[in-house]
Amino acid sequence: MPELNLKKLDWVVIGLYLGLVIFGWMNVFSSSVAEDGFVFNFSQKYVMDLIWIGSAMALAVLILFVIPSQVYQAIDWPFYGIMVFLLVAVAFVGVEVNGSKSWFALGPFRLQPAEFSKIATAILLASLMSKYEFKFSNPRDAARIAMVLALPMLAILLEKETGSALVYLGFLIVCYREGMTGWLLIVGLLSILFFILTLVFSSFVAILVLAAMIGIAAAFYQHRPVTGSVATAAAITLLAFIPRLVEARPDSFLSRFPADIWAALLTGATALVLAVISWLHRNRSLRNLMLGFLLGLALIFSVEFVFEKVLKEHQRARIEVLLGIKEDPMGVGYNVHQSLVAIGSGGLAGKGFLGGTQTRFDFVPEQSTDFIFCTIGEEWGLIGTLTVLIAYLTLILRLISSAEKQKDNFVRIYGWCVAVCLLMHVVINICMTIGLMPVIGIPLPMLSYGGSSLWAFTILLFIYLRLDMEKNSY
Amino acid sequence: MDVYKNRRSVVAIAIVIVFAVIAFRLFQVQILDKEYIVTAENNALKYETLYPARGRILDRNGNVIVDNKITYDIMVTPYDVQPFDTLSFCRIFDLDTSFVNDKFREYRLYRRKIGYQTLVFKRQVTSEQYNMFIEKSFLFPGFTGVPRTSRTYPYRGGGNLFGYISEVDAAFIKDHPEYRSGDYVGKTGMEEAYEPLLRGEKGYNIYLRDAHNRIKEHYRDGEYDKTAVAGTDVTTTIDGPLQAYGEQLMRNKVGSLVAIEPSTGEILTMVSSPGIDVDQLADISKYYKDIVNDPYKPMFNRAVMSPQPPGSVFKLVNGLIGLQEGVITPASQFPCHRGYVVGNLRVGCHGHPSPLNLYQSIMMSCNAYYCYVFRAILDNPKYDSVQKGFERWKEYTESFGFGTKLGTDIPGEKAGTMPTVERYDKLHGKGRWKSISIISLSIGQGEIGCTPMHLANLAATIANRGWFYTPHLQKDTPGSPIDDRFKEKHYTLVDTTHFVDIVQGMEMAINHTGGGATATIARIPGIIACGKTGTAQNPHGDDHSVFITFAPKDDPKIAVVAYVENGGFGATWAAPIASLLVEKYLKGDISPERKGLEQRVLDGNLLHKVKIKKR
Repeated sequence: MPELNLKKLDWVVIGLYLGLVIFGWMNVFSSSVAEDGFVFNFSQKYVMDLIWIGSAMALAVLILFVIPSQVYQAIDWPFYGIMVFLLVAVAFVGVEVNGSKSWFALGPFRLQPAEFSKIATAILLASLMSKYEFKFSNPRDAARIAMVLALPMLAILLEKETGSALVYLGFLIVCYREGMTGWLLIVGLLSILFFILTLVFSSFVAILVLAAMIGIAAAFYQHRPVTGSVATAAAITLLAFIPRLVEARPDSFLSRFPADIWAALLTGATALVLAVISWLHRNRSLRNLMLGFLLGLALIFSVEFVFEKVLKEHQRARIEVLLGIKEDPMGVGYNVHQSLVAIGSGGLAGKGFLGGTQTRFDFVPEQSTDFIFCTIGEEWGLIGTLTVLIAYLTLILRLISSAEKQKDNFVRIYGWCVAVCLLMHVVINICMTIGLMPVIGIPLPMLSYGGSSLWAFTILLFIYLRLDMEKNSY
Repeated sequence: MDVYKNRRSVVAIAIVIVFAVIAFRLFQVQILDKEYIVTAENNALKYETLYPARGRILDRNGNVIVDNKITYDIMVTPYDVQPFDTLSFCRIFDLDTSFVNDKFREYRLYRRKIGYQTLVFKRQVTSEQYNMFIEKSFLFPGFTGVPRTSRTYPYRGGGNLFGYISEVDAAFIKDHPEYRSGDYVGKTGMEEAYEPLLRGEKGYNIYLRDAHNRIKEHYRDGEYDKTAVAGTDVTTTIDGPLQAYGEQLMRNKVGSLVAIEPSTGEILTMVSSPGIDVDQLADISKYYKDIVNDPYKPMFNRAVMSPQPPGSVFKLVNGLIGLQEGVITPASQFPCHRGYVVGNLRVGCHGHPSPLNLYQSIMMSCNAYYCYVFRAILDNPKYDSVQKGFERWKEYTESFGFGTKLGTDIPGEKAGTMPTVERYDKLHGKGRWKSISIISLSIGQGEIGCTPMHLANLAATIANRGWFYTPHLQKDTPGSPIDDRFKEKHYTLVDTTHFVDIVQGMEMAINHTGGGATATIARIPGIIACGKTGTAQNPHGDDHSVFITFAPKDDPKIAVVAYVENGGFGATWAAPIASLLVEKYLKGDISPERKGLEQRVLDGNLLHKVKIKKR
């Protein structure tokens, strides 16, 4: 067992961590303190938060100096198994808070297993992917990773904690780093793009954009960038006239189908023919592009089904408000609207500590937990928000670069997992408060009030710091 | 060897880009967009509006005819409501439990939209109910009461005249940005005409509040608060008791009764019947549907909005024009044997001695006489054509106000209809009509339509022997002077000397004792009144009963028109009604020998005679 050397501890990360925790407590205090000032009473959030912070510090010390670092990789599967079991169990015996059953009540304390299952998943992923023979091209390995990710996500979805489930998608970034094909990420992002295009504009527009993208991609893959692009542009221009033709002759054959069906039939048939031809000529790239196009068509036509049937009413409403399809400042849009008002009214330098009217007077709901960023925006202004943003960015990039320096693959991959967990939480949470993403309730790491979240991130981070302390870096 | 090492840069760059997007968005929200700062202030500052008392309306003698009374609106903040004893709540406000249940079903349905807002639960509860509620209000968390002023009418009359006030709606606010939701505005009648004086100025208290609408503190110790300024009382020219009496006389009749003080143009009484019940007027939002759906259209102010043929009353105008044009003298005589006959045309008349002079023609209301007069005016050789003659005749009639808006201060006033050369050209062919083609105008029938206000103005003009002030409702007081247009004397194109002869005829119509006078029923003991009956044919049923009168003959104090739709002869209903009003005004009471007549009028019900459009 290597000797513990305090000089090897990453004090920059610890400094950022402490800074965020302290700043977080100040904002929790500001958003929950009453008129009569500081009262030392356990019913006050800011007092409870102090207890959580204190206990988190104790945990950090425990992990850094007491628990041997070899434990984690050794208990990867059992730890993961217990966490998944707890995730499922909580859906049945947990306490319901804000419509999701994801809390265990232990006396006055409440714990949310979804926060801790991230740690188990990160350890198991690192353990699996760091094995010498592990390869994403091996279907068994890939399937195992997929299962490890899918199980907790499904269990969390069962608890109706959509936000926490989304965080697990962040682990795909780690997978990408470790050799998973980047196409998966690109296809995923494109799917989101076409989902939005179809909802905001129409399936017809989405089909035209898809055809243009595939057409131009094909042009480049066939080494005919100019002629191919011109042909694609010409075809798109012709297709663009379909709606007029359909409307111009209401009784004719043309108006039997709406414009989007016509466009799908024409482009789909072309793609099918090209796919068959390219298959016969063993032209794999063109074949894949055409099949991709057909899949894209299927996706576009399934958007309405997914939107209307799969998503729940409140989720639909949040997406509609985000995309500007509906305006509803008193209903679903209330949170986002009030949140924007609070942040926007902060201006450059903010209204000062305890000076916010929006956050202190409860205009923003959940302002000490999920919407803590509003308090920062209102009371500390752009200077405050950018400082926080830069702190997170520094923390995340430093974790990545630190991970990359590890000799031990397990530590490297685990470091990446910590970084993407932070990344996903920060991006989703902040984007939600500034109206760039639908309202997805997840906490802002270290800043938000909440014991589970703070404990989980402390454990997650300090396990890495402990591992890092023992590193044999390059 | 790690072949995917370069992928960390791809990820790092992507992360930096995402953070840059977030930073840009923050810059946009916090620095570029100023809208959020304004919204934040509106969010945090609660303006508690202080509603001013609306100005009262006084009659010409200082009696309050439209007053304020305090009522309370019960407000509810559904978010703060906890289960409560519905039964005792309903008992306080005399409600049905289903009303409460329906309301709360609605609140539950729209709970997201309502949020922490406070809504009106029940409007206009009485102060007794409010006091009972306040005693027990701790039982009903989430409910509060807000004082409101509503209107009350001590003389129990004047519905159409005063008009109603109601809460402004979205469309109104769009056109009048100075109003806010929850404000009241005069919608018709005097409430509308004198809105700027009556409404007063709102004030406000500013508080800091939180999202639960909980008031936190008084903003800057009330430095920016503003007290409400009560509306100005408006003194009207109306005589309160006379107005109330007029409404009694017109009850169960359809039509108008207008009285003017000739020397000032001040309107003493203006009744449009059937009118709006004042109790309904005070709580218009509750009864609005019933009132609008009432087939007798009580909202319709017939006195200024309903043009009708004037009938024989109009002979006075033609007589005056004839005198001015020199085509007749008071001594001119024309024969009449039950009518005026030229070729196939016959304008019928009733039996009376023949021939008649001008005085007798007014007294007996001879049709033939005015056919002669009218044709003499139009066919006057000094005009080249009958069209020129007609144009001249039209100028005369318009100088009396006919066919024009008089310019009163009553909202919705109509100009009535006045035929034109073009109209007759279209009807008969260009230049192919003669005086005989439009002979109906001689006796106030045909293409002319005038409102009762026009006729009241005619009565005032004749009472003044040739001039009038534009009729108006606002009394000239030092505090609120009237518009200059009400201080301008309007002379007609007929010389004032000619009016004496017409007045003579009108006096005889009422007071001549030798027989043949048409309006003896309007005779008032001890007062010499002048009048003229009219019986206006119309396509809707029985003739309209019309009467104009003024009294006393010398130095007239009151000029009146009564227009009773489908009331038959002018002497049957209009003359008794108008003369009773005159008598009440001049003598204070009805003389014993006319009590029977008064009773007949008060009991009379003509509603069944009026054809109404079924909805």
